[in-house]
Amino acid sequence: MSARRIFAGPARLAAIAPCLWMVLFFLVPFGFVLKISLSQTAVAQPPYLPVFDFTQGLAAIKAAFAVLSLDNYRLLVSDNLYILSCLRSLVVAAVSTAILLLIGYPVAYAMARLPQRWQGIAMMLVIVPFWTSFLIRIYAWINILQHDGLLNQVLLALHIVSAPVVWLSTDSAMYLGIVYSYLPFMILPLYASLAKMDPALSEAASDLGASPQQTFWLVTFPLSLPGVVAGALLCFIPILGEFVIPDLLAGSDSMMIGQTLWLEFFTNKDWPVASAVAVVLLVLLVAPLALYDRLQRRQLEAAR
Amino acid sequence: MTDEPATSEPPLEVVAEPARPAPPAEAADIPLLRIEAVVKQFGGFRAVDRLSLDIRAGEFFALLGPSGCGKTTLLRMLAGFETPDEGRILLDGWDIAPLLPHERPVNMMFQNYALFPHLSVRDNIAFGLKCAGMPAADIRTRVAEMIALVKLEGLERRKPDQLSGGQKQRVALARALARRPRILLLDEPLAALDKKLRESTQAELMALQRRLGTTFIIVTHDQDEAMTMADRIGVMDRGRLEQVATPRQLYEAPASRWIAEFVGDINLFEGEVASREAGRLVIATRDAGSIVVAAPLQPINKDVVAVAIRPEKVKLSRRGPASDDADHAHAINRLEGVVTDVGYLGGLTTYKVKLDSGAELRSSMANTARIDIDAYSPTHRVVAWFTPDDCLVLEQ
Repeated sequence: MSARRIFAGPARLAAIAPCLWMVLFFLVPFGFVLKISLSQTAVAQPPYLPVFDFTQGLAAIKAAFAVLSLDNYRLLVSDNLYILSCLRSLVVAAVSTAILLLIGYPVAYAMARLPQRWQGIAMMLVIVPFWTSFLIRIYAWINILQHDGLLNQVLLALHIVSAPVVWLSTDSAMYLGIVYSYLPFMILPLYASLAKMDPALSEAASDLGASPQQTFWLVTFPLSLPGVVAGALLCFIPILGEFVIPDLLAGSDSMMIGQTLWLEFFTNKDWPVASAVAVVLLVLLVAPLALYDRLQRRQLEAAR
Repeated sequence: MTDEPATSEPPLEVVAEPARPAPPAEAADIPLLRIEAVVKQFGGFRAVDRLSLDIRAGEFFALLGPSGCGKTTLLRMLAGFETPDEGRILLDGWDIAPLLPHERPVNMMFQNYALFPHLSVRDNIAFGLKCAGMPAADIRTRVAEMIALVKLEGLERRKPDQLSGGQKQRVALARALARRPRILLLDEPLAALDKKLRESTQAELMALQRRLGTTFIIVTHDQDEAMTMADRIGVMDRGRLEQVATPRQLYEAPASRWIAEFVGDINLFEGEVASREAGRLVIATRDAGSIVVAAPLQPINKDVVAVAIRPEKVKLSRRGPASDDADHAHAINRLEGVVTDVGYLGGLTTYKVKLDSGAELRSSMANTARIDIDAYSPTHRVVAWFTPDDCLVLEQ
């Protein structure tokens, strides 16, 4: 009843705006991409066939539709390259999310337990890297990790290694870059769910005989699960499609799906295959996105 | 744990207590809980200031005081959430101050219940038993017993947010009692309930406490609550215990002027001791003339004192007490004035009388008859009277 009242009158108009936005800037472009993914490459402008020409009448459009095929998708399935890069993306996203959770949870937990006036400062420290361009921060890492970079200089000076270590163009460097870049996205939802938890709950647990470990696993952690899932999805989803970090920090021997897409599009100039890859990437992301959406909705309902 | 109610099942080893030597020989004289000169300081603020208190086994004890008086801090030290800076807290003669909350045979019912929102009613109640490593079958029996005790049958699978305020309160109570604590601490247990429910819950808590024989320590700022439920009340102010007494003693024989004013309503007249005779004192008050009072048991040392009379001890009449009335024979104290304010409260009516001296006197009288043709209204001239025995003399 209250929901209906909220969406009556001018509020309903307000709801139209985001819908219109989604149609114009997501659904319509996605329609283009979907269509291109069903087309064939051509040395032409644009570089694919067929091109719908609405001036040629209905018959021509019908003919164009008849030419559309799933050939590009068949190629994706038949060629190892695409399956491997999909798998690699999934593995990198999963491993990075796990590392982020392992680092982010203790940080968020500590933040939530700081005295109130320190919490704001800690929050600022988490957010402050956003003030510099993401790309610049990744280049800074290249600087640190390169052959005569800061890291190797320090390691050599401390006699921990006797010769410079190859950091750059390795998976370690890529994971480092990903974890570094996405950490705030993990910490903030975790912190939000831990900070709003009533401290009386953990007191009640210990009053009822729970040791600190039992209190954590029986009360604190289960109650922070919404934050854990939100943080994990907030990291997992964009990491799955990540392009810049693996391109700059990882080696070139294996690629994530985002890199494959870029390669098809810009190097091979194969728009139809690139579009097919884009569609596959989107399908890969639908499941976690739907999960995230459901979780958000459930939390909204719980908050009501 | 001999004072536990007898049950068919084996007693729960709730707390892994370190091996101890036998209690000292005078164990019989040791109160269940002894608080010895406990100090708790937050920054420069002394929340609890060298406080000592003994609590007997099976007692229903209330800590009463205004907010910020340190009563909650004291309760939290008993639960183990705060550590005393000085002093000792002895349970059965053993210092429990170094024990962590989960090591103490004491459970607490939290002010806003602190029920675990992700657990059902049953799992909330079972929580403490699971932590104690009780076998699953015993947990089931004990939880069922607890649910019957607080009359929550049929709600076992509900989550806390599907319960009413009164039901949550019962779950919190059952959860805290499930481990059969030596002492149950209750932090403002009824504050979140509405008035009607609060009154019925008071009665239930008292009945429950009598049945289980568990020692209850309740913290409250509501004096009616403390008066109704507690065997003894400790009144706290600024981190100190001002008086520890039964509800009746507290009301009829407050130890200080502050307590007299804090507990219930009271009329206070400052004055000097004018004369002392056998069993009587005459106090020359500044605002109400001479008042004859019964001499208190403890001799009055100071000359400047306050005379205190509870409003219900002050009777009003049109002419004053009839001299031939035996009941009124002792009613030496008569003050004349004009009714200025009448508050009808149903069971009783409160009056404000402006005395001829200018001071205000409050009186309350039970409405014993449905139709009272003699009821006083503002502007009525009345005589207020009370006996010397109804007066208190308070130093300071």
